[in-house]
Amino acid sequence: MISLEQRLAIYDLFAEYAACLDEGRLSDWLDLFVEDCIYRIVPRENYAANLPLSLVLCDSKDMMRDRVVALQEANEYNIHTDRHLISGIRFRGNASGVLQVEASYAVYQVDTEGVASLFAIGSYLDEIVFVAGSPRFKSKTVIMDNSCVPHAISTPL
Amino acid sequence: MPLDIQWERNDYSRVPYRLYHDPEIYRLEQERIFRGLTWSYLCLEAEIPNPGDYKTTWIGETPVVVNRDDDGSVHAFVNRCAHRGSVVRREPRGNAADHTCIYHRWCYNRKGELVGIPFARGIRGQGGIDPNFDKTKHGLTRIHVGSYKGVVFGTFAAQADPLPDYLGPMIRGHIDGLMQRPIEILGYQRQAIDGNWKLYNENLRDTYHASLLHEFLVTFGLDRATQKGGVEMDARHRHNLTYAVAGTDNQQDVVAAYAEHKLRADHVTLRDPSILKYHAEFNDGRSMATSSVFPNLCFQRLNNSMATRQIQPKGTDRFVLLWTYFGYRDDSETMRRHRLRQMNLLGPAGYVSMEDAEAIEIAHQASRPDLESTSVTEMGGAGAINDCEFRVTDVPVRGFWSYYAELMGIEPAGAVR
Repeated sequence: MISLEQRLAIYDLFAEYAACLDEGRLSDWLDLFVEDCIYRIVPRENYAANLPLSLVLCDSKDMMRDRVVALQEANEYNIHTDRHLISGIRFRGNASGVLQVEASYAVYQVDTEGVASLFAIGSYLDEIVFVAGSPRFKSKTVIMDNSCVPHAISTPL
Repeated sequence: MPLDIQWERNDYSRVPYRLYHDPEIYRLEQERIFRGLTWSYLCLEAEIPNPGDYKTTWIGETPVVVNRDDDGSVHAFVNRCAHRGSVVRREPRGNAADHTCIYHRWCYNRKGELVGIPFARGIRGQGGIDPNFDKTKHGLTRIHVGSYKGVVFGTFAAQADPLPDYLGPMIRGHIDGLMQRPIEILGYQRQAIDGNWKLYNENLRDTYHASLLHEFLVTFGLDRATQKGGVEMDARHRHNLTYAVAGTDNQQDVVAAYAEHKLRADHVTLRDPSILKYHAEFNDGRSMATSSVFPNLCFQRLNNSMATRQIQPKGTDRFVLLWTYFGYRDDSETMRRHRLRQMNLLGPAGYVSMEDAEAIEIAHQASRPDLESTSVTEMGGAGAINDCEFRVTDVPVRGFWSYYAELMGIEPAGAVR
């Protein structure tokens, strides 16, 4: 079972997750993960066919930090802002303190001329643990329903 | 209507922007390039290993089905019902005894032959189709199929060169290396880019951009212009192979060479550099070898990351890239994991490839309003089109245009080939 307080804390975690990415606070975004974590973006096409390939695969927090540094220092990509909408948070199980949580997400992008478009839509398949009373992601698998990426993926989903 | 393309120079060092944007040119490309004397990449045999396995794919904008028959042979045909022109096979892949159009259930076998017409004799003697209707003349349009080492190509043109000749020794050699052992499909990535399909072919043949646009490459020595490397082409300059040899420059040279141009080659370090590792597995000594095969294919080999990229044109202003990643069936679990992690370098989110979409889209956007203006393509020298043992060059881009112009019937007088 999961307590009401824990549920509320997890709702807050998702809200903060969206805010960190939409406000470009990528180092705060990293803080929402435990050190021993996995972050993946997987096209629905591969997930459904049981194929192991991802679009992004970070199997440690150091790999996530590398992504952030590369985005800030080395990579070029379309200039845009993001807006994450997260809904339908579902508690799917609890295995020795590791909570299985799923949610739906949509990410819209706005370009330099103020035009918005849907960039990605899909589900989060997450594992969440409580560390010193606060929930943190132990793993996050971002399933991208639109397996065909518009333009390119730069900022995390 | 004959095309009137004014080439400023006969060596293709000035490319009119009109070629990326004119709908009439795009229409003619479908006919003269994709249905002309070329072989288009369809799929890998490893994707359709068993009898009945099929995959839907494209030759230019034409939808195609590839499938395997009971005797192991591979057939391909246009994915369009002879009756009303509907798509017959809608799923991306699967296994089936035959292919039935949902509209009126006309049914085709794995050779694309028409084998069933519901209510052919009507009902209670009324309706149906003429008893003399010849089903053998109304199959799905057959495509000639060729497979080289498990890479499947198709052509509409009966008089096209045999596939091995079309590929030539350079591309055959590249495929021989990639297909040295039986492969395992690791998965797909798809990417929709708002630009003309030829801009991607140019991007693949332009080694000049690699270490400037993709800063990550320079920083981590994956492919930088100071390394030993170069570009090779086939005799007709339609295909291209770019290669680099890791460990043939040193950090001081690199920092000096790039600093001159206000580019820093030393400001990012990775906490987890294991994704950059190259476990030598090819006998050509090259850590990077990426080829582009006219008109719709790229073979990617960067360290241990291997994939095909299929270019699918979707009108003048858009194309989709389909990346198919593979490893070897006998890879150790460690090697398989390494390949899956090294994928971070490439693809629509790749450290060294995410820039290409943006570069193509901004080139496509800004060239549209000035169709008679041209690009400037003469890095590495103008005039003759030759291989280079250096990479500050875009000579292979001119090779692309020379073959393109020949097929399109728009070569300038005294054209360089």
